[in-house]
This record gives sequence, structure tokens and C-alpha cells, in this order.
Amino acid sequence: MLTKSIKVTGLKKSYKDLQVLKGVDFEVEEGSIFALLGSNGAGKTTVVKILTTLLKQDGGSVTVNGFDVASKPENVRQAISLTGQFAAVDELLTGRENLILIAKLRYLKNPRQVADDLLLSFGLTEAADRRVSTYSGGMRRRLDIALSLVGKPKIIFLDEPTTGLDPEARIEVWKIVKGLAKGGTTVLLTTQYLEEAEQLADKIAILHEGKIIAGGTLSELKKMFPLAKVEYVEKQPTLEDIFLAIVGKREGK
Amino acid sequence: MDGVKKHFFSDMGIMLGRSMRHISRSMDTIITVTITPIALMLLFVYVFGGAIQAGTDNYVNYLLPGILLIAIASGISYTAFRLFNDVQKGIFERFQTMPISRSAFLWGHVLTSLVSNAISLIIIILIALIMGFHSSAGILSWLAVVGILALFTLALTWLAAIAGLSAKTVDGASAFSYPLIFLPFISSAFVPTESMPSVVRVFAENQPVTSIVEAIRALLSDQPVGNDIWVALAWCVGILIVAYFFAMRAYKKRA
Ligand SMILES: Nc1ncnc2c1ncn2[C@@H]1O[C@H](COP(=O)(O)OP(=O)(O)OP(=O)(O)O)[C@@H](O)[C@H]1O
Ligand SMILES: [Mg+2]
Repeated sequence: MLTKSIKVTGLKKSYKDLQVLKGVDFEVEEGSIFALLGSNGAGKTTVVKILTTLLKQDGGSVTVNGFDVASKPENVRQAISLTGQFAAVDELLTGRENLILIAKLRYLKNPRQVADDLLLSFGLTEAADRRVSTYSGGMRRRLDIALSLVGKPKIIFLDEPTTGLDPEARIEVWKIVKGLAKGGTTVLLTTQYLEEAEQLADKIAILHEGKIIAGGTLSELKKMFPLAKVEYVEKQPTLEDIFLAIVGKREGK
Repeated sequence: MDGVKKHFFSDMGIMLGRSMRHISRSMDTIITVTITPIALMLLFVYVFGGAIQAGTDNYVNYLLPGILLIAIASGISYTAFRLFNDVQKGIFERFQTMPISRSAFLWGHVLTSLVSNAISLIIIILIALIMGFHSSAGILSWLAVVGILALFTLALTWLAAIAGLSAKTVDGASAFSYPLIFLPFISSAFVPTESMPSVVRVFAENQPVTSIVEAIRALLSDQPVGNDIWVALAWCVGILIVAYFFAMRAYKKRA
């Protein structure tokens, strides 16, 4: 039987008068990749912040790794790690020192070894002893994700992990994410890129105007929203077509 | 509880290690912090000193306590800056999602502030010694001086924490220290308050810097400290408690 790493029901959140989440529901299975898809300002970061104990919800319930985020945040923190929307790396330290710092804070047995291993698998060995302020955007992002893997947390949150990266760096990040899920880690990622969700995710949920307006596997989504014109053109609907169809339909009514 | 381990002191130690690395890699901040007080000291001793009637044969001795407070006031603006940076860069959020003690991060910054200010003060005192500063104070008086300076630093550091945690821009994070740097000028730090016009004099005699300066000056010259030390301590503890309260509130709002 599949177990759920994350359960979100009726999640609500407002910033003052602005109602951002109006009852969001979704579940993420253990060891799967889940993509939360939405355009700018849809509320993706808000969802991630609530799930990672950074922000309190106004309503609804959220369990992560079996613990309620509102009442048991400390237990949730034992199981998760976050790679936020903007790379959270210490610019004055070297890449290696960044990794050792996190390894120490997680009380791992051999911080140096952990750092060496991650530097190697993220192709940062050569730059390991340079200050992060000299790193390129792609290198920073890789280090940022590597920092989240220190201590092998069960559930990893990636908020727009590839925004601002060039195509090559993006493919590298994709490889990393796929590797994580193979190793049994649960990954929740947010993205604005339909292609990215299509490439990576086992399940996709589309967040629009405060609700999940569609969710499921890519093929389920394709079945749910068959596009008339697709039958004429010899082409499967891409997620982009589906997305535009749903959003268009909603706004049309 | 619930099998969640707590390591407050070791978490804080790791955080301290991190920001001490920052300081050793940005030695320019220490230089920036010490250069203005040293320049002021040179200016007042060698340029204005002859014209100032402080009623003392050694003007460096008279001046040093105020100079040290100016150094602390400018030193803590870097604490605000470092905190602000961590919040801006998302490093704060990364720590907040990790299973580490909630306040270790803040205390790490506070300890770092104490250490880096101590380094600046030692540098300034060394320069003062070269310029003719001497003290007949015994070890106990020196310990009392160190205690007052540490308490003053701690109080201002928590003030800096409020700015660092709630500022919207870098400038906002460090600008709050400018008025603090000016306080010593309207106190007995450079000239006796008796020489000031009455309104200014009332302000000067009743603001924290004067009592702190007088207490340190008395301790360093082995004179009886009288009431000043209690007024000085009351100010420091008062500011500390209020600032700590508001800093924690700003911190909880962030967390
Ligand atoms: N602290 C805040 N105070 C007020 N409004 C906020 C705050 N944080 C976010 N918002 C607003 O909430 C909405 C959702 O923001 P959120 O950052 O969750 O969106 P997002 O989907 O992550 O967008 P992006 O793709 O641009 O990262 C936006 O309209 C944003 O302006
Ligand atoms: Mg976002």
C-alpha cells in the first residue's frame, strides 16, 4: 500500500485582505515527485512555506511525514528540507564550508566526508574551496540543492529549482531530482514551466486563483481535458495546451 | 518531547563559528568600525585638545571612554547588517526549516557582536596607549569596565537585532545606529557638561552615555565611582530588556 508523505486539506491563507489560498487539497505519495504548477503569484511559495513550517495557515490541515505542521512543527522539521525560491547559500563561506556547516547542524557523524561526497556528486569538487560569491548561478543552485540533501531528509521541497538557469543547468537539476526520487526521497517541487512538470513529476497539480483546479498524472490530465483540435493535428496535447485550456475555460465563464 | 533532540548550546556554537568566519573574512568591517573612533581621538587630542578645558592633565584618559562607546555604536550596525543579509538571502529560512534550536541563530549573531566589538575595542585601546593613555586601575576596576562595556554592547546589539530583523532595505538596517553614534557628542565624553548651554546640558546630563562615560572614567582613574555606575547599569539593563523584548517579537514574526 502506498503511504502519503504529505496531506493537505482545505488549506487557506490570506495576507491581510489578499486571499491567496482558498481551500487547497492534495496528497503526495512517499517516494514520488509531485509538481505544483502555477503562474506568478499563484501562491506556490505560500504553500511551500506553510508545508515547511515557515508560515502558519489560516485554515485547513496539513500533515507532513505524519505530523501536523501547526501543532508538531519540530517533528516535521526532522523529516524535511527546503530549497527556497532564491538560493540560500552563505556567500562568504566556501562551498565545502557551507556543506560542513549544515552537516554539523544536523549532527552527522562525519561532516567532512558528507561534504566531499556531495561536492563530488554535484560536480563542485573543483570549486569546493572557493568562496560562493565567485560561483555562477547554476553552481549556486547546485550547491543550494546539495545543502538540502545533507543528512538525507525524507521529504524535499524545491521552490522553483530551475528558474533563472540556462537549459543545460536545468537538465542537470532535473537529473538530480530524478535521482532523488529513485533513492526513495519524496520531492515536492513548484514550477512555472509546464515542460518541467511534464518531464519530472509523477503527479501534477495546477494551482490557480487559490485552488487546485486540476490534478493527477500527466495522462490523467490529458484525458480529463481532451482538446478538440488535437484530433486534427497529429500531436498529443502538451501540458501547456491543457493548462491554457483550463485557465481559458475558467476565465471565459 | 516527541523524541526531538535539543542542542541549544552546540547549535549556538556552530552559528558563532560561522559568523566569526564572516568577520575574519571581512576584516575591512573591523577597520571601518575602528577607523572613525581612532580618527576622532587623534583629532580631539592633537587638534582641539589644547583648547578644551576638561580639567585633566591627560586628555586621552578623559576621552577614551566616549571613544569606546562610539566604536560600539558603529560596530553594532554591522550586526544589524549581517542579520539583515541572512534574512534577505534566505539563509535564515533554511535554518528555520531545520531541526535546530529556534533561538540559536539569533544568539549566534549576538555572541558574534560581542566578540567583534571586543576586538575593535582592544585595537582602539592599544592606539590610545601609544597616544599616552595610562590607567592606575586595578584588576577589579578593569573587570568592572569590561562588564559595563559588555553590557552596553549587549543592549545595543539587541537594538541592532530589531533593525536587522525588521528593516526593508540594507540602509534601513544600518542607519538606526547614526543617532547612537552622535549621543556621545552631547554628553560629557568630550567636554564637561558644565560648559554647555542649559537645555543641552539637561539633556547631556540625563542621557545614558554620560553616566556610562563617567563610571568608566572613574574606574579607569581609580576614583570613587559614586552613583554613576548604578545609573549606568540601570540604563544598560533597561535598554537591554526593552530591546530584547522587541527583537524577540520581530523574530517571532519572522519565524
Ligand atoms: N508577505 C506577504 N505579504 C503580502 N502579500 C504577500 C506576501 N507574500 C506573498 N504575497 C502575495 O501573495 C500572492 C502569492 O504569492 P506567492 O509568493 O505564494 O506566489 P508564487 O506562486 O510563489 O509566485 P512566483 O511564481 O512569483 O514565485 C502574491 O500575490 C503575493 O504578492
Ligand atoms: Mg514563489
